[in-house]
Amino acid sequence: MTLTEVQDEIIHEFEQFTDWMDKYDYIIDISKDLEPIDVKHKVPENVIQGCQSRVWLVSEVSNGKIVFTADSDSTITKGIIALLIRVLSGRNPDEIMNADLYFIDKIGLRQNLSPTRSNGLLSMVKQMKMYGLAYHTKLSQK
Amino acid sequence: MTFDITKIRSDFPILAQQVYGKPLIYMDNGATTQKPQIVIDTINALHTEQNASIHRGVHFLSEQMTERYEHARQTVQQYINAEHLYEIIFTSGTTGSVNAIAFSFGEAYIKAGDEVIVSEMEHHSNIVPWQMMCNRKNAKLLVIPITDDGELKMDEYKKLLNSKTKLVAVGQVSNALGTINPIKEIIKLAHATGAKVFIDGAQGIQHGKVDVRALDCDFYAFSGHKLYGPTGIGMLYGKEKLLFDMPPYQGGGDMVERVSFSKTTYNTLPFKFEAGTSNYIGAIGMATAIEYLQNIGLENIADYEQQLLQYATQKLKQIDGLRIYGNAHDKISIVSFLIGNIHPYDLGMILDKMGIAVRTGTHCAMPLMDRFEIEGTIRASMAFYNTFGEIDKLYEGLVKAKMMLE
Repeated sequence: MTLTEVQDEIIHEFEQFTDWMDKYDYIIDISKDLEPIDVKHKVPENVIQGCQSRVWLVSEVSNGKIVFTADSDSTITKGIIALLIRVLSGRNPDEIMNADLYFIDKIGLRQNLSPTRSNGLLSMVKQMKMYGLAYHTKLSQK
Repeated sequence: MTFDITKIRSDFPILAQQVYGKPLIYMDNGATTQKPQIVIDTINALHTEQNASIHRGVHFLSEQMTERYEHARQTVQQYINAEHLYEIIFTSGTTGSVNAIAFSFGEAYIKAGDEVIVSEMEHHSNIVPWQMMCNRKNAKLLVIPITDDGELKMDEYKKLLNSKTKLVAVGQVSNALGTINPIKEIIKLAHATGAKVFIDGAQGIQHGKVDVRALDCDFYAFSGHKLYGPTGIGMLYGKEKLLFDMPPYQGGGDMVERVSFSKTTYNTLPFKFEAGTSNYIGAIGMATAIEYLQNIGLENIADYEQQLLQYATQKLKQIDGLRIYGNAHDKISIVSFLIGNIHPYDLGMILDKMGIAVRTGTHCAMPLMDRFEIEGTIRASMAFYNTFGEIDKLYEGLVKAKMMLE
């Protein structure tokens, strides 16, 4: 699926919820499906520091695609991470670098990504794009 | 007097609104309090009809505003029972006040090897300015430890005091735990060794009567916005002799007597410490808030808030796995807690969508969180406009959120 198709799919899934509690129930649910990150990666160097919840983000390149794994000590943050990974993981560096993540706004989670929310999610998106840029530069030099 | 909660709530227009389609339940009063209509109207009227810069103008509006500003100072003086009007200095808030003393008192009184005492439960704003001062002066910062219930270990405090102690800086009330500290005893003990005492009143001033002369504290500070007044205004009280000896911490207009390139002489108290155009509208707004509280009666407020605290404590304790941080004998209406292994941020996010505003995180008291070996808590901080029904809603919200998250 393309970046747009995955985002549209998520938007469609969220359309069935009329109530915030249902949305959170779903986010909590998908947080449980997030592939756990290897314990050896759960180190301070991989922490994206938000003020309230911690996020660990790890990236690896396989066949020119970036694969992200992540974790958080907050369940809701972890659920939102699961969505971000679903959209961005396994894609080309330049696709990640240039991704327009419009689904966040459409499913009503924009406030979770505003700079005033110190939950590390905005930094996580930035970090994912940074990895995109870094791998893009690295791969294009080969 | 009976406590007419309906009338009181109607004084605060913001409380009538809905958020996410739910009635707003505002329990983040430790962070900032809402403003009664009279404060909003006063600030509005000052901007609409009376605005003019104070102290310097010869014209009608300026004189009128100057008079109101100085009257606001009088209101504050009477509110905390300071001996002299010029012992009341308007600042930008408690943080501004602490930084002012840390600089000016530091310059006048602190030298290498001296000691300053704070407590383990302090807000960052009553730690960091002292750390900066100690670094500047090669002085030493010492910390009073606390018990598991969140009370100061007074025996340890006594051991810390000695002839090198120059200042003790403690909060009247802990913003994260709600503990009311025995400040009268703290002051007495400090004075016995010759140390001065600063009391951070940011979380204390709005919950009961404060009398700086009865306390005999050397410095006291509070913020307007935690006292149902506007933001950006606060107060520093200092004893005359100390303020007189202390150099100004900011230079600018209004704080000078005579300026020339070879020598500048400073204005008298309190203007020496009020450089630049003062936040006169803020000061008058804050004084209006004080008058509003005095009309309701600080004892009535304290009584009602104690009832809220008792009710919330026994209600929330019914939730399985809920642990309260801060079980001091004397507390204000703050309940800080965690449930099981649930991250406080998750609970806060879900409560938010139920219209319930609480604070989650470290509450600007990281050393205190370290003491309890936790990342943060959820804090419900209640004011006299909160109701027992709202506490029930908080309880129901937490039960539901817990079910979702566990």
